[in-house]
Order: sequence, then structure tokens, then C-alpha cells
Amino acid sequence: MKKILLFLVLISSVSVSYAGGYRVSTQGQRALAMGHTGVAVVNNAELAFFNPAGLVYLENKINISAGVTGVISNISWQNTQTGEHIAADNPFSTPFYLYASYRATDWLTLGLSVYTPYGSTVEYPTDWSGSHLVNTIDLQAIYIQPVVSLKLSEYFSVGGGPIFVTGGVKFNRNLNRTLTDEEGNRSNVEIDASGVNGWGWSAGFMFNPTEDFRLGFHYRSEIILEEESGEAVFSNVPNSPLAPVQNGKVAFGAKMPMPAEITVGLSYQFTDKWLFAFDYNRALWSAYSSLDINFAPEEYPDSINPRNYKNASTYRLGLQYQAMDNLTLRAGWYYDETPVQSGYFAPETPRNDSQGYTGGLSYQITPRIAIDAAFTYLHFKEVEESYDHYQENGQEVTFEGLYKSNAFLPGLGVTINL
Amino acid sequence: MKNYFKYTIASVIAVGMFSCEPEFENSVEDQGFYSNGDADFSTYVSVGNSLTAGYADNALYKQGQENSFPNIVAHQLKHVGGGDFTQPLMNDNLGGLLFDGQVIATTRLVLGVDAEGNPTPKNIAGAPSTEITQTLTGTYNNMGVPGAKSFHLLLEGYGNAANLAIGKANPYFVRFRSSENATVIGDAVKQNPSFFSLWIGNNDVLSYATSGGAGTDQTGNLDPSTYGANDITDPNVFASVYSQEVDALMQSATSGVLINIPNVAYTPYFTTVPYAPLDPSNPSFGPMIPQLNETYGMLNNVFAYLNVPERSIVFSETAANPVVIKDEDLTDLSTEITQVLMANGLNQTVATLMGMQYGQARQATPEDLLVLTSRGVIGELNQEHLEALLAMNVPQEIAAQLSVNGITYPLTDQWVLTNTEQAIVNQATAAYNAVIEGLATAKNLAFVDANAMMEQLANGGITYDGGMVTSAFATGGAFSLDGIHLTPRGNAIMANYIIRALNETYNATVPVVNVGNYSGTPALGATE
Repeated sequence: MKKILLFLVLISSVSVSYAGGYRVSTQGQRALAMGHTGVAVVNNAELAFFNPAGLVYLENKINISAGVTGVISNISWQNTQTGEHIAADNPFSTPFYLYASYRATDWLTLGLSVYTPYGSTVEYPTDWSGSHLVNTIDLQAIYIQPVVSLKLSEYFSVGGGPIFVTGGVKFNRNLNRTLTDEEGNRSNVEIDASGVNGWGWSAGFMFNPTEDFRLGFHYRSEIILEEESGEAVFSNVPNSPLAPVQNGKVAFGAKMPMPAEITVGLSYQFTDKWLFAFDYNRALWSAYSSLDINFAPEEYPDSINPRNYKNASTYRLGLQYQAMDNLTLRAGWYYDETPVQSGYFAPETPRNDSQGYTGGLSYQITPRIAIDAAFTYLHFKEVEESYDHYQENGQEVTFEGLYKSNAFLPGLGVTINL
Repeated sequence: MKNYFKYTIASVIAVGMFSCEPEFENSVEDQGFYSNGDADFSTYVSVGNSLTAGYADNALYKQGQENSFPNIVAHQLKHVGGGDFTQPLMNDNLGGLLFDGQVIATTRLVLGVDAEGNPTPKNIAGAPSTEITQTLTGTYNNMGVPGAKSFHLLLEGYGNAANLAIGKANPYFVRFRSSENATVIGDAVKQNPSFFSLWIGNNDVLSYATSGGAGTDQTGNLDPSTYGANDITDPNVFASVYSQEVDALMQSATSGVLINIPNVAYTPYFTTVPYAPLDPSNPSFGPMIPQLNETYGMLNNVFAYLNVPERSIVFSETAANPVVIKDEDLTDLSTEITQVLMANGLNQTVATLMGMQYGQARQATPEDLLVLTSRGVIGELNQEHLEALLAMNVPQEIAAQLSVNGITYPLTDQWVLTNTEQAIVNQATAAYNAVIEGLATAKNLAFVDANAMMEQLANGGITYDGGMVTSAFATGGAFSLDGIHLTPRGNAIMANYIIRALNETYNATVPVVNVGNYSGTPALGATE
């Protein structure tokens, strides 16, 4: 068994790995503290997200976990040719989760989960050099999922359930690089889609060959959020019959995929106090080929924004140490490769490969209530990148520069076992 | 509650500790990332005319000023120790001027639509609100004064409103001069510039050219106080005042850039209207051709008889036709034409009329440049001439037939820059440019060949990340709707030429701007 483990660790250290996009991995403080591993970890109700199959192995009859993470992300951009530079201090966003499971019988556990795996809030200085691509974006999606977990034996269980998603996006950019109204204010469009719903599902299994060793598999389906009649507001357009659009509201249609994600992983309790976990995610980002915004009026030019994302992987490692009866310490690391391909580096999700360093603890206040804390630092190398597919008068115009991002994610949660 | 409290504390600590922006290994904001080389860019004063002021679309207005090339250069110079750059901003984005409440300059041009819905330049709707007598206080780094000629910069009282009536003052300078007797150069020097740009001399030839050569070439006349508004400045006068201006600025400045004078013929003001704009397929012109040729045939016989067959006027029924122009450099044959026509039996009144009208007439050639504003005139009835003919008791029908601009009534001097007039302009321009480049070399100043830049725009264009910038009117991207002054994109190209010249001359590494971020398309807006 140790040989297998070593082998997997080696793979992870030599492979190039991925993720990124607008996926925000903060679906449980205990898992996050361990590098966001959990497909094969039986720990608390966070399993409802990571692998519903494992819920049935929880010791207590009722398990509840809830938490929230503060995402503090920053982007710096500069162009050494022109001396332009900006810093985007993005608004504090707070992805959250709530999981509950109830063991109905020895072999059946029911659960409910609410979580926010996708989101993005980026706020550049208004009218910055890349404002023809994006000024601000605020993307949110809430997943609500009832789950069933079935124990087929001590060794094997399955689980899953349908997912209902409700989400929305607000996106603001300037119409192009130069159009202004009579007073010199840049012409602008803001699209707002809210209450957009979609359906999907997830399913997984857990296999426990020995008491100390678990394997897990989990698949979450792609969900496409499609808006058919959102509201686009054009502003600062010059008052002229020659202007490409007019000030005011029009309807628009657009769709955005929440890509499917496959996770496989393992956990190994190698002493009474130590647990090791490894997860591999494959996110099927190739679903995101283009962001097309179709404005309702025929004469309005549609906004076609090629994205051409590629499928991307993430490798995650986590360790857990039972320091005292009421104190558990955790640490983890992951390598996240971006789904964004070179030349498609749009500033709305300017994420290159990153490394996440995580840590955290659980403190058992009473036998039933524990506080879970996690802290993550996301490190991005600075990267010279460009978006080459912006169209201006039928010609592709490059927007390039040096990007550097970082993110800090302090999170706090609570676990209740009844 | 406890959780909430802890969470808040943790968040506050986290935000306080980590909201700092990610830092680049080498940030463009770091001191020394870009170098000022051997130059001191701390105080930049730009001196010149409308091109320096940011005049565009036939007006000075705030947006144009913000996109003036000095303002763009000054922004980039901030990377290498440049200070704030102030401009005497207009009161509005409409343009136009008031003098004691009276409109003395109209609003800017935007692209509007005519009655048929076709795009055409029109004045933006609104009333000018910039009153020149409300003199601004303070000093301004941008000392560009629209309309100024080389010698005006040294003219005392050029900002005195009392001198406006006698043409010895400039309304734009009245707005921001430091005192009534101040000179433009004096107000510039007072700011102790460490660095300056000087682009002056354009109007010394341009006003002659844009008026179709209606002024006088003053070469040989060394007293500019006797010059008319549309005259060409004597090159020796130019050389004298220009070097005085450079010397004055260099009392404090150790670095500067001199910009030469582009050939006016590179601007769309002179290249947009073709010499042969008369289309025989045009229903209001084509059917007239046989009768026109019959009438002109009689005149052509006279030209042949007078040994000037090159003046013959013939309209083709298949090809585009040149307009008929009045060339003041031709010998006036009015009397001879009248005499010959009378000898051929034409009555005296008509013969006299024909002589007057065609004494210096000829058809335009590809060498003649029609000015942009002739577009709205060619083929139209000339009311002034019509009324003059009617006053001479010419019958209404004949008077109207003889009053069609460019077809029967030769386009007057102001609409055409003939090749003779161009030669005069070019000669003066070349003389000024020799002075400018010579001084740049002698004083170790940076030099920008704006003439070469404009030539490139006119012949091929200048590439940028969104394609090609050319001098084509309204669509080329370099020139604003007045056909002479630059768009923001044209100003950005100019700024980059200057920055490259500075980098070369002073071993600096000032970053250039992205030309594509500056508008090259005509401004839009509600029109009058």
C-alpha cells in the first residue's frame, strides 16, 4: 500500500496540473485546510459535496456542517511598452456552504447540500486600458442538492443526487476602445442576468479495501446557465443616428457553462493520529468555448468573445493530525493549472497556473460542536499574457501585459454531530 | 454570536494583512524602471499653435485639449520625473468662443447626417459658453494658441482684448495671458521650463493655403506688422523670430524638441475633393453637357485665336470632368476675349460678360488642389454672382446659367490652391524647415520630422494594432473633421514620434502610448 501511495505522490509532483477559471474551491473548511481534498475522506458532512457516497459511513445520526470563506483577491497588470498599470482590488466575496445528513437506516443516509462552487468578482478601475474587455464582473451560482447515500457493504457505497442551480451574472465593459459620448464619457454596456436556473446531477462511490484506506470517485455534471431575456443597459452612447447602439435598455440572451468535474482520490490513516489524502480533479472546461451575448435588436452587433478553454486538472494533497482530543490540525497544498490557453487570457478571469497553500484546525468546543477554520494562500507567478481575439473593425486586436494575482481565503465553519 | 465575532476579527486581520496588491518583480511604478537619460523633464512647457493646443474638428474643446499631443507626452513623462501638466481648458466640450457675449467662433464639427441620411460634418448642437474676457488665472504648461504664427509668439498685447478689432490679438490667448501686454513666449519662459516643445510656423503658410492662395507671399517684406492674415511670412522673419523663441525658452530649459512644418498638401483639407468631381451620370449635370460644350466651343475658338488653346474648356459625356477655375496667375484676357467675341458678331453686353467671367479661366488639372470646403460649393448656384448679373440687367435665365460654381462660373481663388500657389507654399515651408532642423542640430535639441510623418500618413499610412492610420478624410483616423487638425489618434502618433526622438537624443527610455487607445473615428453627437 505504501508503494502505491508513493507512486501517486510522485505522479503529482511531476505532472503539470490545472484548474482555475471561475471555479472557487472553498466547499468545506476541513477539506480546504487539507488542500481541498475529500473525495475519500470520511470526516463530517462536507462529504455531501465531496462524495455523497461517503455520508453513510459517518458515525453520527445527524451531521451538519456550515461555513463561509472570505475571498480577498487582487490583480496587478502592467504594460512595460506603454507604462500603463493598474491594480484591481476586487470586492470581498463570501462563498458559503451548508451540508446536513441524516442516517435513516443502517444502509441509507439522506442529505441536503447548498454550496457555491462557481463565482467570480473582479473590479478593475473604470475605463482602464482593458475596459473594452471588462470593467467589472460579478458571477454567482448557488447549487442546491438533495443527496442519497447507500451502503452496499462495509467496503463499498454509492451516492448522489440531482442539482438545482440558481445564479446570475453582472458584467460591465466599455463598448470599444474609443467611443465616447459628447462629453468624453466612454460608451458602456452592463448586462445583468439574475435568477437564471439550471439542473444537473452528481454521483460517486467510495471503496474501503481496509479499515485505514479509502478510495473515492465523484462526478458532477455540467450545468449550463442560459439566460434568454436578461437586461442590457447601454450608457454614454453619443446621441446620433450613426451610433452603433442607442442609450437605454434592451434584452439579451447568453449562456455560460458550469463545467463538469471528475474527482478521484484516496485517503490513508497511517497512524492513529495522522491521515493523508490525495485528490485529483479534472474539470471539463472545454465546454466554455465562447461567451456570446446576443442583443435582442437585430441591428445591434452581438458580442462574440472566444474563450476556447481547455480541460484542466488539479492535484491536491492534504494531511490531518490529531494533536489533542479536542484539537485537530490540518495542512495541504495543491497545484491548479489554468483552463485558459495562451492568447485567450481575458482579464475577466486572469488566472494562470497557481499553487494553493492551505492550513487549518478544528476545535471541539463540546462533544457535539466543533469550530472549523481554514486559511488558504493562492500564489500565482507573474505572467506575460494576451487576449488576441477582440474584434475591432473586423481585425483582431491584442490586449496584453504582465499579470500578477494573489488571493487570500480565510474561512470559518462549524460542524455539529448529533 | 461567538462565531460571528471570531469571524469578524479574523476577517479584519486578514483584510488588513493581505489586501495589498501583488507586486511585480520589476514594476513600471518603480523609480528607474524608465530612464530620463540626459534630460530633465520635470517642468514641461509646450509652445505652438492650434496643433499644440489640441484644436480639432474646427474648434478648441475640452476633449480635444485632453488629447493634445503635449498632454499625451506629459503623461508619459511622469514615468521619468515629469511634473503636472496644466492646460487652459475650455469651458465646455462644444467648442466655440464668446467675446462680450457675441459668438466669435462656432462649435466643433461632429459627424451628422444630411437630409438623405448620409454622413456629413455638422456643428454639434449647443451654444458656446467660453467667454474670452473671463481671463483665467495661473500659469499653463500648454501654451498652444490656435491661429498663432511664428512672429505672434513675440507680439506684445497678443492677449489684449482691445487689440482684437485691429487683428493684433488672439481670442484664445486673451483667455489665459498673464497680463494685457504679455507675450506667449514671455508667459512660457516665466514658468522656467526644464523641457519644452516648439511647433510653430504652420500658420505662416497654412492660412495662405487654406484660403486658396488668396493672400500675398510676403517674402522680401521684413516687417510682419504689415502682413495680412492670409499672407506667407518671409523666411528671414521666420528664422529671426524662431531662433529668438528657442533662445528664450533655453534660458531655463536644457532639453527640448523642435517640430518641423508639414507640407500642407498632405492634409485631407487639400486632398479630399478631386480636381474632376463632375460626374456625367449625375442627372442634374449630364444633360447640360451638350449645351455647355456648344457655349464653351465659341469661347474655345477665341482661346485658339488668342494662342491660348490650353485654356479650352470641354466636358466629357463619359468621364469625370474637371471643374472650371479662375487662375489668378494666368494673364487676364478679359478685354481680348470681349473684343474677339464682338468681332465675331456677339452683342457687347454678352461679350463683356464672357470676357469678365473667363478672362483667367481654365479647367483644373491633377496638380490643382481643391480645398475641403469647396465640396459644398461646386455645382451650386452662386447667389452673389447671380445678383451681380441681375443688377447688370442680364436676363434671369442667362444669369442663372452663368452662375453655376465650377461649371459656368469659375471657382474663385479661395477654393483652389493652384500648382503655382503650391510652389510658393512649398518654397516657404522648405525654408522654415531648414531653419528648424538647423537650430535643432546647433542647440542639441531633439527634432521631429512632422513633414515626413504626414507624408507617411498620406502615402501608405502608419500601422497600429488595429490596422492602418492614413490621412483619408473622416475614415483615415489621423485627421479630424476639419481636415487639418489631428484626431486623438493622430495626436498619439505625434506624441510617439516625439517620445522616440527624446529617447534617441537624450538616451532616455520614455514609454510610448498605444495609438489604438486613442480615437481615430469622427466624433458623433446631436447636430444643429
